This record gives sequence, C-alpha cells and structure tokens, in this order.
Amino acid sequence: MATYLDTVDSDWFRQRLTGVMLCVCAAFVALIVRLVYLQAIEGEEYRRLSASNSIRLQSVDAPRGLVYDRNGKMIVDNRPSFDLKIIVKDAKPLDRTIRRLSGILDVAPEVLMNRLSQKKYQVAYKPIVLLSDIGRDKLAAVEVYKYELPGISVGISPRRHYIDKQSAAHLLGYLGEINADELKLPQYANCNVGDYIGKFGVEKSLEKWLRGTQGGRQVEVNATGQVVRVLKTVDALPGHNLFLTIDRDLQKKAETLMADHTGAIVVMDPRTGEILAMVSNPSFDQNAFITGMSHGEWNTLISNPNRPLENKAIQAEYPPASTYKFITAIAGLEEKIVTPDTEIQCPGYYKFGNRTYRCWKKYGHGKVNIHKALAESCDVYFYLLGQELGIERLAWYAKNFGLGSPTRIQLDQEDTGIVPNAAWKRKRFGTPWQQGETLSTAIGQGFNLTTPIQMAVAISSIANDGIRVQPKIVKSVKAVNGDVIQENSVVPTGSIPASEETLKIIKQGLWEVVNSPRGTAFASRIEHIEISGKTGTAQVFSRKTSDDEESEDVPMHLRPHAWFVAYGPSREPRIAVTIIVEHGEHGSDVAPIATELIRVFLDKDIKPETGNVGQDQSDHSALIKSPLNN
Amino acid sequence: MFDRRLVQCFDWSLLGLTLLISGVGLLTLYSAVTADTGTLQKTLFTRQLIWFGLGLGVMIFTFLLSFKLLEHWANFIYVGGIGLLLCVMLFGKYVGGSKRWLALGPISIQPSEIIKIVVILVLARYFSRLVTTRGFSLKELFTPFVLTMIPFILIVRQPDLGTALLVALIAGSMTLFVKIERRSIGYLILNAALAIPLVWFFFLKGYQKQRILTFLNPDRDPLGAGYHIIQSKIAIGSGMLTGKGYLKGTQNALSFLPEQHTDFIFSVFAEEWGLLGTIMVLLIYLMIITWGLNIAHRSRDPFGTIMSVGVTAMIFWQVFINIGMVMGLMPVVGVPLPFISYGGSSAITMMTGIGILMNVSMRRFLFE
Repeated sequence: MATYLDTVDSDWFRQRLTGVMLCVCAAFVALIVRLVYLQAIEGEEYRRLSASNSIRLQSVDAPRGLVYDRNGKMIVDNRPSFDLKIIVKDAKPLDRTIRRLSGILDVAPEVLMNRLSQKKYQVAYKPIVLLSDIGRDKLAAVEVYKYELPGISVGISPRRHYIDKQSAAHLLGYLGEINADELKLPQYANCNVGDYIGKFGVEKSLEKWLRGTQGGRQVEVNATGQVVRVLKTVDALPGHNLFLTIDRDLQKKAETLMADHTGAIVVMDPRTGEILAMVSNPSFDQNAFITGMSHGEWNTLISNPNRPLENKAIQAEYPPASTYKFITAIAGLEEKIVTPDTEIQCPGYYKFGNRTYRCWKKYGHGKVNIHKALAESCDVYFYLLGQELGIERLAWYAKNFGLGSPTRIQLDQEDTGIVPNAAWKRKRFGTPWQQGETLSTAIGQGFNLTTPIQMAVAISSIANDGIRVQPKIVKSVKAVNGDVIQENSVVPTGSIPASEETLKIIKQGLWEVVNSPRGTAFASRIEHIEISGKTGTAQVFSRKTSDDEESEDVPMHLRPHAWFVAYGPSREPRIAVTIIVEHGEHGSDVAPIATELIRVFLDKDIKPETGNVGQDQSDHSALIKSPLNN
Repeated sequence: MFDRRLVQCFDWSLLGLTLLISGVGLLTLYSAVTADTGTLQKTLFTRQLIWFGLGLGVMIFTFLLSFKLLEHWANFIYVGGIGLLLCVMLFGKYVGGSKRWLALGPISIQPSEIIKIVVILVLARYFSRLVTTRGFSLKELFTPFVLTMIPFILIVRQPDLGTALLVALIAGSMTLFVKIERRSIGYLILNAALAIPLVWFFFLKGYQKQRILTFLNPDRDPLGAGYHIIQSKIAIGSGMLTGKGYLKGTQNALSFLPEQHTDFIFSVFAEEWGLLGTIMVLLIYLMIITWGLNIAHRSRDPFGTIMSVGVTAMIFWQVFINIGMVMGLMPVVGVPLPFISYGGSSAITMMTGIGILMNVSMRRFLFE
C-alpha cells in the first residue's frame, strides 16, 4: 500500500522539474545582470581601457641567493644591471625611435633592428630587451631623452657577480640562459624562456635554494607606454643564501700555490667531510658567462688542452699510483698475509711469470717491513702483497674506501673512477683477468682510476680513525631573514675494514713518509707540525717502454702525474689535503704545496671553535714530544 | 522496422537550436583563431569543422538506438568509460603539465569529457529503479556516491579540476532532482557544516589554503588568473551594446586574452557582438535547457526523464560556470563553453547529449 502511494508519477516529476526550472532561471538572470553591468553600465570605461591596451603585466626578477664562505665572507653577490627594453606597439613610429635611440647610445641602428627581428614572433605588448647591462652613463642619457623615446624603458634586474674573479670557479659554477630541453624538466616548471639558471657547480646543484620566485606588477600605462599607475604588486621572493664550507682565504692560498700547475687540490676536514678548499687549475672567469663572451673567447676556453671548464677535483680520473698503497697495506694486514714483523727482500725488481716488474728504486730497498714499505714506497713489497691477496680481495678493500663510486658531494657530473676486478674486465674488454694485472693494481697502476675527491675521502677516513664521511660543500642554507632552512650535519658513509691495530700501523707508516729521513716526503716536512701522508707518481703510459729513458728527455705530456695525500696534525688531524699535478713528475715534488696549506690552516686556526684554549695547546705540545705512540 | 511515429515525433526544434548555437560557435572560433599570427592556429578551425561533422554523425547514431538499449548497457558502458580513464593514467600524454589525453593515431581524445555522459547513464539507471516520492536515504545513496567518486578521483589526479567538478555537479543535480530524504539531507548539511571548519583548521597546510583562497578569489593572483580575468572583463565590457564588429575584436587580436579559442571564447564573442549578441546567445542556451527539461517532463519513462535531466544539467553547468568565470563571477576553472569552445571531445560529448535528448523526445509515446 505504502509503496503504491510512494510511486512516482508524471505529476511528481513535473513538480520537481518546476523547481529545477526556477533555479535555472535564477542563474540566467544573474548572468544577464552581470552582462548588462559590464557591457552597458561600465562599457564606456572598458572600451577606454581596451583602446589603449593600458593594463599590462611587468615581471620583477627575484634576486638569487648570495653565497658566503664558512666564516661568513661573501663570495657571490648580485649587482644591478640596467636593461634597455622596447615595447614595439608603443614605440611609434618605430623607425624614428630606433634611429633616435641609436644616436643617443652610439650604437648602430642595425644592431638594434637585428635584435628586434630575432623576436618578431613575440607578443606585441611584451617588452623585448634591446640591450642588456648598458651602464650608468647610457642609462642617464636614456632618462634625459625619455620623452622622445616612446615605448622605451629601462628595467633594473639583478645580475650575478662573482667577487673574486676565477676563484673557486669550478666549485661555484656559473649561470646560463635556460634552454629548450631544460624548460621541459619538472624542476624548472616555474622558469620562462630567457631566465638564467645555474649550469655548473653549486649554482646548478643548489639551484632550488638559490633561485627565488619571480614577482610582478599589474600596471596601467598611457599612450606612450609610460606607467601611470601601479594597480597590483606581487613581491619577488629572493632566493636563499648559501653558507659554504670553504674558507675563502685558504681557497685563495691554494689557488696561488697551484697557479703554475695543471691539476687539482681538495682540502677537507676529515672529521666532518667539510671541503675547506677545492681548486681545479686552469680556471676561468665566471663573470664572462654572465656578461656573455665572444666566439673567440669561448673557443679559447674549449680548445685549451688543459680543459679549464672541467672540475678536475671531481671530474678527472687518474691512476692513484702509490697513494693507493695504504689500501693494499690494510688489506694485507687484515687478511693476515703480513704482520708488522714480516720482512721481505727488495732487489729492485720482481719476476712474475716471464715478466719483470720493477721497483721505482733501481737497486732495491733491501730488507723491507710494512713501515718502510709505506715510508719509502717500495713497489716490490706491494707486488708480493697483491699477488697473495688476489684481485677480488684487493678490489673489495678499495671499494670500502669509497673508490669506484661517486662520493655524492653536492656537485653535478661527478665521475666514479674504476676499481678493476675480473668481472669488470670481462664486461669491459671481454677478456679474462691476468695475474700480472693484480700486481699493477696493487701499486695503484693498471686499470685503477680515481678522482681527487675520492682520494681525499680515502685519506680522510684513515685520519678519522676509520670512519668514512660524505664530503660536503654546503654548511647551511639560510633565508634572507636569517631563518635556517637547512643545516648540514656529518653524514657517515661507512667504516673502513681495518682494526684499530691495523690503523695504528698504517698511521705510523704514513707518519714516516714525511718524518723519517728516508721517507719520500721528508723534504716537505714542517718544523712545528707533524704531518702524515703518502706520495704517488702516476705513470701516464707503461713504465716498461720508458725503462731506460731519463726524465729530462721525456716530453712534458708523457711525464707522470704527481700525487700527494696528507693530513695533519698526525694526531687528531683536523685537515686533510689531496693534491694532484698533471705531469708533475714525482709526488715528492708537489708535497710542499700540501704541507704549506696544512701549516697555513693550522697556524691561523688559533681561536678554538668550542673547546677551551688550554686543552688545545696541551695537545699541541704533547704532539711535539711524542708523535704517535699513545 | 521503424515506427512511423518516430519520424512524426522527430524533435526539429532541438535540432534547429543545436545547429544555430553551433553556427555561432564556428563563426566565433574563426574569429578567435584568425587573430593569431601562427599558421597552426588556423588549422584549428578546419579541425573543429570536422569534429562538428563527426558530432552530427554520433548524434544521429545516438537517437536511432532506443534509449532502452542505453539503459540495458549502462553498466557495461560505465566499466568501459572507467577503463578509458585508467588508460589515460597509464598511457596518456602530458600536455601543459597534466595528463588528460589519449592518443589514438592522428587524433587525441579526452575521456574525461565522455565520462560525463557515462555517469549520467549509470546514475539514471540506478535512480530510475528505486525512485519514490519519499526520496533516497543515505544508505541508498552509497552506490551512486561510489559510482561518481571513482571517475571524480581519476580526473582530479590528471589533474583536471574543472571537469572533475562538473562530474560532481551533474551527479549532485541528478540526486537532488530524484530527491533526498528530508532527514538525510539535514544530516548531510550538518556534517558538512562540522567537517569544513575542521578540515580547514586542522588538516590543510598553509600553501593548500592559499591555493583554495586564490581559486575562489582570482584577485589574489594578479599576475596569473587575476590578470586574465581583468583582460577578459575588458574584452567583454568594451563590446558595449552592439560590439566592435565581427573580426574586429582588439583584445583578441593582440593576444591579451588567454586560451581565446577554448575557455575564453565567450569574451571574444562578447567583444565583437556586444550586449545584443551575448543576450541572444544566453537566450539560445536557455531555450535549449528549457527544451531539455520539457523533454524530461514529457517522457513517460523514469529512466528517460532522469537521463534527460542529467544531460540538461551538464549543458547548464558548463554554460553557467564558463560564462560566470569569464565575467569574473566564478573561480577560474577550465570548463569549455558547450557548442562554442574549440575541442573535439567536448563537441562529441555535447552532440551525444543532444542525441540522447532527441532519442527520449522521439520515443515519448512508447510507454504511455
């Protein structure tokens, strides 16, 4: 019964539809009232606004974040740049305006017209930049003749300025105009054609913090395009400021020391992974990327055989040579192949199969134990070790030092290096591993390749009692108002496979490299600071062929690369330095650069950051008395 | 064979109105695309002509089949429609940051447009079986709620907020039409009143609130949506009583209007034809909507009635939101203007809707 009464019928639907019709009519009345208001009542005003096309948008560039060093000294800032802009539709008659402008600025009218024709597909009411960065004198001239130049305006936009020309250029990087491929990437979703973005170095890898948010203004202009009223403003949000880990003074010192060499220096705090300085030489002027360079300048840069645009600290791969020996030594001790008491005889060569592997010292080292092997860099000792270890075990230790994989420093395009083993060789060359190749690998030659930053991490992990940390270049990111956006802490990436006992032996060996009279870097020791390290001489081509040649006869490009990895003070190290000089001959030749950097840093470092001064001093004096036997 | 009455009852008025408004649309589109200097734009007009022809074909196909068949197949059509939306999610192509299109050889379709018809069908089927004068209880509304939310969420994720809102509005209108129990409606309103402040103060993050506020009030975004609305209002207002004349709109020609061939096409029309033209267009729309409701009224079958109301709701909401938006009365949301905006999927969907209305109109005698 109830269901019968509830059944819908035509009348019920009609009743519902009447309701619907009322709603529809109300909505249409609202639309019509609005139309009448816009077109009949306010129509006159809107017709006026449309006739002069007077409501326009002007964009306001956001200043990019500034960059400071670890002590708060500014290294990158922004300077104002005056850009001459034209709005074609306002600049009537265009010909006369351009001619007048060319007269005022002393620029050929063809140059200006040329610029215009490049942009002819652009929307007529969007300003086109005719000349950028015109300088204050020309700015004054344009302002004076403002009323004779319809459609011409001068915009001020922030421009990147690298304070110390060429300094830390690879680390800081540079900016460039965004290209079509980059515009498609999600991280550049807010960018427009013509924007400048970071293309290299910190400028690129920390783009998301550095770039601010563009602002703009809605303005009303008069018939000649001059702004008569600002209707609405959206402030540009400046980018965040970066505080790097580098020390500007130490960086400059390192660059001075490196001035005549091709190569790289990485200075790092072994406890935190903070990069104190990073040099890659030859360098380039980053400001030239901002102001634009000529074809000639660009060609000089890219055709330079010493590759100035490459950051050699992270992008160049070299055989680690003898600096690798502390890894072989650790593997030998940990795998119980040798003990500190094991002694071998070095006659200056080692016969393996039908080949003779030479020690760098022609007539041999005589009786060698592990300390002497490290201090005097005896090749024969490590040939033997390598042979006993086999390539797989050796590669395992090398990988645990972080070799063969990127250190994940906050920079782009880091190279990975190569830790060779049988599987790698089969994949790369399709041929099986040869026993003899293990011997070359054990002294850091053969297929071994590392970047300077990888060696810096490796030596730092010895200095840091076996804890490997991720290198970093940014201490903190702060907003303009000082709020901390990001604070970087120490990131341990693993511990090296070496017992406390093993580490002590290795450290003693590395100490002897600099402090034992027969050590390879004895000549570069510093009077009042104990430094430990390891030299390396990386063969550019096989030693076999250069057997009997003396170095003076060898052309420059065939001379070996010189390595030195070091840390200081030997006890409780606070600084680790890695240096490579291409074709620098012997590691001992470049070691003074590293020890000088350590000295400069430690001597200046008199004000303690947290601890009290007395503690620091007592440590220091204790060091001088007894080196490592604690 | 065909019942002779089918021919006798053919809805000539609806066909006439549809052709009239489509004609206005093509004229306006021609003006909108010729203003632009790019050659690519000009091919849009030819393309839209082809879509219009295809749309007529689909319309004829839709009114030839008895709508009883549509009712019978509604669930299968629904599953197919959701399948298409899933395909967009998996294989769709990105255009301007969102994934709405499915490329089928040389043409691209936008399944979120077609899904509007699909939702109308499936809801009409459900409601027509259970409708009583009492209205629906919350429990009975659960199924239609799920049926609406599945496509809604899939479209929001593309993201295409405008179309998703349309689907929800159409479903909501149909539900209100078939009546919700007095108790249930009170309960729903109470819940919403409690939930909205709760969500606003405890769940939304600062930037999300900013986005919603900007959506509701384009003035908060003076460099984006707000600026577009100002230019659109200048275009409409400057048309005054009689307009600047066909092909003489300056706002349009100087590219001050964004999306002048899709979302902002009404501004182009209003600038060139003035108040006289805009009132005429609004009246044509009102006549189509009234006619749709009339068809719903005359149908003797609840499915036919509810389906017609759904289609009419779709046309109404798109007209109201689009025109309201370009005049600064509504949030800036991408909803095409029926029969006028450029867009193949939109044209086909609208023509299918008209086909459905004709279908119901022609067969009004069947169930007497």
